[in-house]
Amino acid sequence: MRKSTLLCAASLAAVLASPVAAQELTIGVSAEPSALDPHYHNLGPNNAMRRHIFESLILQDEKQRLQPGLATSWRPLDDTTWEFKLREGVKFHDGSPFTAKDVVYTVCRIPTVENSPSSFTVYTKAIADMQIKDPYTLIIKTDTPYPLLAVEVSTWGVLSAMANGVTGDIGFSRDGCTGTGDYPKTEAFNNGDAAIGTGMYTFAEYTRGDRIVFERNENYWGDKADWAKVTFRPITSDGPRVAALLAGDVDMIDKPPLQDLDRIKSEGFQVAQGLSNRVIYLHLDHEGEPSPGVTGTDKNPFKDVRVRKAVSMAINREAIVARIMGGVAVPAGELLPPGMFGSTPGAAAEEYNPEAAKKLLAEAGYPNGFGLTIGSPNDRYINDAQVAQAVAQMLARVGIQTQVDAVTASTFFKRRNQYEFSLYLAGWGSGTGEMSSPLRALVATPNKEKGMGGTNRGRYSNTDLDSTIEMALATVDDDKREKILQQASGIAMADYAILPLHFEVTPWAFRKGITYVPRTDQYTLALGIKPAN
Amino acid sequence: MTDAARPTGVLTETEVLRPGRWRATPAARFAAEFVESPIAVVALTVTLLLALLAVFANWITPQNPYDLMQLDIMNGMQPPGGTTLDGETTFLLGTDEQGRDMLSAIVFGLRMSLGVGAMSTVIALSIGMSIGVLAAYFGGRVDSVIMRVVDLQLSFPAILVALILLAALGKGVDKVIIALIIVQWAYYARTVRGTALVERRKEYIEAASCLALSHSRIVFRHLLPNCLPPLIVVATVQVANAIALEATLSFLGVGVPITEPSLGLLIANGYDYMLSGKYWISFFPGVALLVTIVAINLVGDQLRDVLNPRLRR
Amino acid sequence: MLVYLLRRLGQSLFVVAAMAVLVFIGVYAIGNPIDIMISPDADQAEMEAAIARLGLDKPLWEQFFVFVGNALQGDLGRSFVYSADALGLILSKLPATMELALLALVFAVFIGVPLGMIAGLRPDSLAGKTIMTGSIMGFSLPNFWQGMMLILLFAVIFKVLPSGGRGDTVDVFGIPFSFLTLDGLSHMLLPAINLALFKTSLVIRLARAGTREAALQDYVKFARAKGISPRRIVLVHIAKNIMIPVVTILGLELGSMIAFAVVTETVFAWPGMGKLLIDSIQLLDRPVVVAYLMLTVLMFILINFIVDMLYCVLDPRVRLSEAKA
Repeated sequence: MRKSTLLCAASLAAVLASPVAAQELTIGVSAEPSALDPHYHNLGPNNAMRRHIFESLILQDEKQRLQPGLATSWRPLDDTTWEFKLREGVKFHDGSPFTAKDVVYTVCRIPTVENSPSSFTVYTKAIADMQIKDPYTLIIKTDTPYPLLAVEVSTWGVLSAMANGVTGDIGFSRDGCTGTGDYPKTEAFNNGDAAIGTGMYTFAEYTRGDRIVFERNENYWGDKADWAKVTFRPITSDGPRVAALLAGDVDMIDKPPLQDLDRIKSEGFQVAQGLSNRVIYLHLDHEGEPSPGVTGTDKNPFKDVRVRKAVSMAINREAIVARIMGGVAVPAGELLPPGMFGSTPGAAAEEYNPEAAKKLLAEAGYPNGFGLTIGSPNDRYINDAQVAQAVAQMLARVGIQTQVDAVTASTFFKRRNQYEFSLYLAGWGSGTGEMSSPLRALVATPNKEKGMGGTNRGRYSNTDLDSTIEMALATVDDDKREKILQQASGIAMADYAILPLHFEVTPWAFRKGITYVPRTDQYTLALGIKPAN
Repeated sequence: MTDAARPTGVLTETEVLRPGRWRATPAARFAAEFVESPIAVVALTVTLLLALLAVFANWITPQNPYDLMQLDIMNGMQPPGGTTLDGETTFLLGTDEQGRDMLSAIVFGLRMSLGVGAMSTVIALSIGMSIGVLAAYFGGRVDSVIMRVVDLQLSFPAILVALILLAALGKGVDKVIIALIIVQWAYYARTVRGTALVERRKEYIEAASCLALSHSRIVFRHLLPNCLPPLIVVATVQVANAIALEATLSFLGVGVPITEPSLGLLIANGYDYMLSGKYWISFFPGVALLVTIVAINLVGDQLRDVLNPRLRR
Repeated sequence: MLVYLLRRLGQSLFVVAAMAVLVFIGVYAIGNPIDIMISPDADQAEMEAAIARLGLDKPLWEQFFVFVGNALQGDLGRSFVYSADALGLILSKLPATMELALLALVFAVFIGVPLGMIAGLRPDSLAGKTIMTGSIMGFSLPNFWQGMMLILLFAVIFKVLPSGGRGDTVDVFGIPFSFLTLDGLSHMLLPAINLALFKTSLVIRLARAGTREAALQDYVKFARAKGISPRRIVLVHIAKNIMIPVVTILGLELGSMIAFAVVTETVFAWPGMGKLLIDSIQLLDRPVVVAYLMLTVLMFILINFIVDMLYCVLDPRVRLSEAKA
């Protein structure tokens, strides 16, 4: 009797369990993080994945605007001193309380990660000193006025000092902290031992190449997660990823290939797409004489602004977006999409005008054009090699006989960095979400000490632009900085320092019954996936 | 061949070294045996036709797909039978995303594939043949060192060797040819050495040595020509293999540049579009590639049967 | 015998050493891994720091000696990308590749041998000729295109089989296998067929040649004279004899099959060693590429060494001639 009641109850529970099963979510992702250690590898897939477990003082929303996270507020006390008020009552997954000491511990650990292929020190090196005023008030000092501090603080996740065995005080120093003990190794995060954050989800399972599983953090300080269990499955090949969605093996996939969007929609699935922070651009050789990829002339034609303008006018950006990108992109007139910090309202893409381009070329002394080889990666950006070929086609029409040298990304970057291309296609995603990121990297005069022009492989140099960018980077007041950035962007565009082509639009595809708000940082976060009502 | 004017019993070099069976117009007999198989005749015809297509690609295709001036992305992704916007040009086999007429692209791709295959085979053949015949003629240490290298090379799958070579060398038609030569020469070296070892012991070589001919003359005038039959068979099969290998390498993204696609690269381009039902971009080049390789292999198969004395009835 | 064995061993070791140098230099000549792996936000100072962390700032010869030193202790380096043991990473992908290769091998034997025997017994019949022409097709089909067409046919048009991936797996002794689940098997079917087709043609040819030869042998004639049924002659006496070369060749071919899995795994997104190799080449994860190649080198050299040893044991002529040389 007793037994049968139990059985009944069990079967009833099984029936009731089905809505619970619906609280499980499986996501097919195109790229796998290289580790779950939040400070091991500063790269998109890692940064997206760590957000489920580890939170930052400041969060970035879908449009990369800053929102309170583990810090409830922050403000500059003077040009080089910032005060962060921390959230009270937050607990790590192991129950230890969150205080300012954990933040100091985190900043101490970041430079010590072994074998890191791309370190987060780029986002902590501005921190000159940290002081714990009280457990929920943190003072951060910088050497010089540093407006990007808040953005940079939003890029790294906070570890628990207590969970990693720190009991005493931590003495902060840039050259190595005291009192921190041994830091956890990257492996400890991958097997879950050290995967203890404050995030909405807790670590459940990680099998490299197969799955990463999170479970709902029932003690989360904010709104609880919508899903009891979330599984990320890396499916790097496009076709199988789409097939997995269509077969119902996963609820959602990121980066469905553009050419498959129609098919996905026609089979009853939904597609959400939104502008990303990534611009696809052409960079020109501003220095080589003669330039390596140019034939038919001894001069470097790209030193003449008329030629640069002609190239820009010869390109039919609308056609590229419509035919090569399947309409899933937006023609660009700047290096950052409209609406993001520092972009100029109403900045329009260059008008397509092949006749005017030919005229400009003739004026510049190239009535019959010249020969040119464009460099491009063929596996890095959406349809990159196809876009490069389309550009070549359009340049051929105004008399520039163009070849495309499209190679795998690794080879492309090596050759680009050795200045082997006169004109190359590449992309830039703005991690900080503001105009200073592309300007500083792509068009500022290369200068290792100042950290400027790191990806300016066209070696563009304009002192006027440099000083404007530097001024922006030293202006803590947001409104003023935005104005200066718009001005700097205007200088670069007017001189055709670099030719923006289009902004990538990121698509996500998912089954009916859930919604996702597209993110400019292209991250696929379970945090943002909601059941549709 | 009787010559009354000459005293009997004295033979010229030619007569000593070219045994009697070759006097009965070998070409004619060879041809007669070859045409015994109708499949082989069809295959030979197809091969020759494809070669002609490739040679005259510039004159017979509606479009030069390597000339960017003739492409327009506005004509991209037309299905077979689609037309340009003004309706004037029809694309029999459709277009790819660049507006490249697939029919023209296939003919030019065929030229690239056949060219790369033939070129690499000829060079690899010359190199492999010389090395192999030297190994056989001199024997001893030279032979054992060369054959160790050959064995070593052949023990590795060609695809892996070529993949790594090209990853290091970079892209380009010339580099693909170099990689194909490096993976192929050993086949010829081994084949030639095997035959040459047998031929070397035959009387005509001993006779040549007795006539005190120079090493190089014996090797290149007498030894080598008699090693040719098996070599021809291997070479035919290897052309087909080289074409297939080049296609595979281009598919894996380490082959020819995208602006001068071979058949393999055309197929690779179409891979992205296949699941969305735009089959024509990869399907037709694949058919062309298949027909080419099958035809050459069938010819090679028949050649083997005809030239192999063991199977001669 | 012992002298020969030692000399052969010495040669093999020399080859391994030579290949290590070639592979290392070849792979380390490609690209600059930092450019791929580093965050675009990084400035030159951070780039240099990352290069130093991975040891790429040292001269090539120094990197090589570090590699050799570690390799002698069985450590083939750490993956740049995953910061994990390169050899372990590859071995973790080995089961996926092995089960695919073995299933393909099974297909090749069970399809190839019967067809080859038919072609051998009736070389001039329509069936025999069709099989032989078909085997040429099998040789000629470009592996990747044939794979794509299989996907097009069975996954896109008929929608009966999945287009790629590995499907559900079951752990046996902690190793995941696909062939034990229905879903896993359905994922394996297309890639295994794709991998098998080329080898099937090879088996057909071997079986045909073996059958033709065996049919003329005295023991078959004798069996026939004794009145044994033709069925039994074929199934027992001939089949037994042609299996020896077939099995030998296939054993040797298993290595090349694993190598050729690179193409099939790429087309079907099968998460095996070949896919790892291609991914690692693209990401310039040099330690993984080098480890993969060295592993392949060792495997092939081992196979060759064993074969040579067996010949030496079985065939005294080899022993004599080698001992003299």
